Amino acid sequence: MSSPDIGYLRQNRRVSKVASTTLRDSFSVSLTVGAYGVAFGAAAVANGFSVAQSCLLSLLTFSGASQFAVVGVMGAGGNPISAIATASLLGVRNGLYGVIMAPRLKVRGIKRIIAAQITIDESTGVALNQESRGEDAMRHGFYLTGFGVFIFWNLFTLAGALGAQAMGDIRAWGLDAAVPAAFLGLVWPRLITKRDRIIAISAVALALALTPILPAGLPIIATAFIAIAVGLRP
Amino acid sequence: MSALWIATIGTSVIAFLLKYSGHSIPERFLSNPKIQRINTLIPIALLSALVGVQTLTEKSSLAIDHRLAGVGVAVIALFLKAPFPVVVLTAALTSAAIYNWF
Repeated sequence: MSSPDIGYLRQNRRVSKVASTTLRDSFSVSLTVGAYGVAFGAAAVANGFSVAQSCLLSLLTFSGASQFAVVGVMGAGGNPISAIATASLLGVRNGLYGVIMAPRLKVRGIKRIIAAQITIDESTGVALNQESRGEDAMRHGFYLTGFGVFIFWNLFTLAGALGAQAMGDIRAWGLDAAVPAAFLGLVWPRLITKRDRIIAISAVALALALTPILPAGLPIIATAFIAIAVGLRP
Repeated sequence: MSALWIATIGTSVIAFLLKYSGHSIPERFLSNPKIQRINTLIPIALLSALVGVQTLTEKSSLAIDHRLAGVGVAVIALFLKAPFPVVVLTAALTSAAIYNWF
């Protein structure tokens, strides 16, 4: 009986060790990323959304780039269709993450609905980082990070929205520059190759050139064609 | 229903459907390398366009004001590898200083 016991203990110790590393990864990502929720809550209110709308976007949309986009387009005077279209183009990648995670999570019904809602950059990223530690660690990383970001992101959104609401003239607090700075902070880590930087600069130029001509919101969506044109080239 | 509510609810519904569809469709539909590549490039284009529009336009015309100074400082902060909160805060402080005192 001694060898299975030792085997069991050894296996058990390994499981708990994996869990603590995964837990640490998940927690640090959740807190850091969740704290950006302050910037989102403030940006949403600065662009005319109510505190309730800001919080609902974080609860229901729960995808940072899409949320910033919808408040950015509406704040620039765009109509809801352009705002929804821009946000949705940014949300397509969550669908691709779902394709990666589904075979590992193997969930159905209500569990699949919950797993889908927390399928974002961070949960998928931490899960994939645990790949060498096995499928259990990947699942733990996915759920811990997904729920962790969800909790912190929503709490910090509320704080940011209430803070911005208390400010009055947002320009006096620099919030009108903090919002584009936040977008810049989101896009900066994605500018890895020269091609990425050319796309970024071309997109700024195209959006500015189209602003006096097209209704608000459309100049931003139009830049997706730059990405499509470059992506289709071999 | 106001435009802001339509944007809030519409974005949320589509965001969830996109996430859920990924969990429910076979992998081969999205494994095309061109789709994958376009998907990594679209956020670069849209987010950059948002930076430009939010910094340099007012209603539907171009405008150079305190925001450009703030975002310029954010660029410097990013070049210096500052963390996200520092980038946003230095941009806000610069912009607010110019707006309040000039």
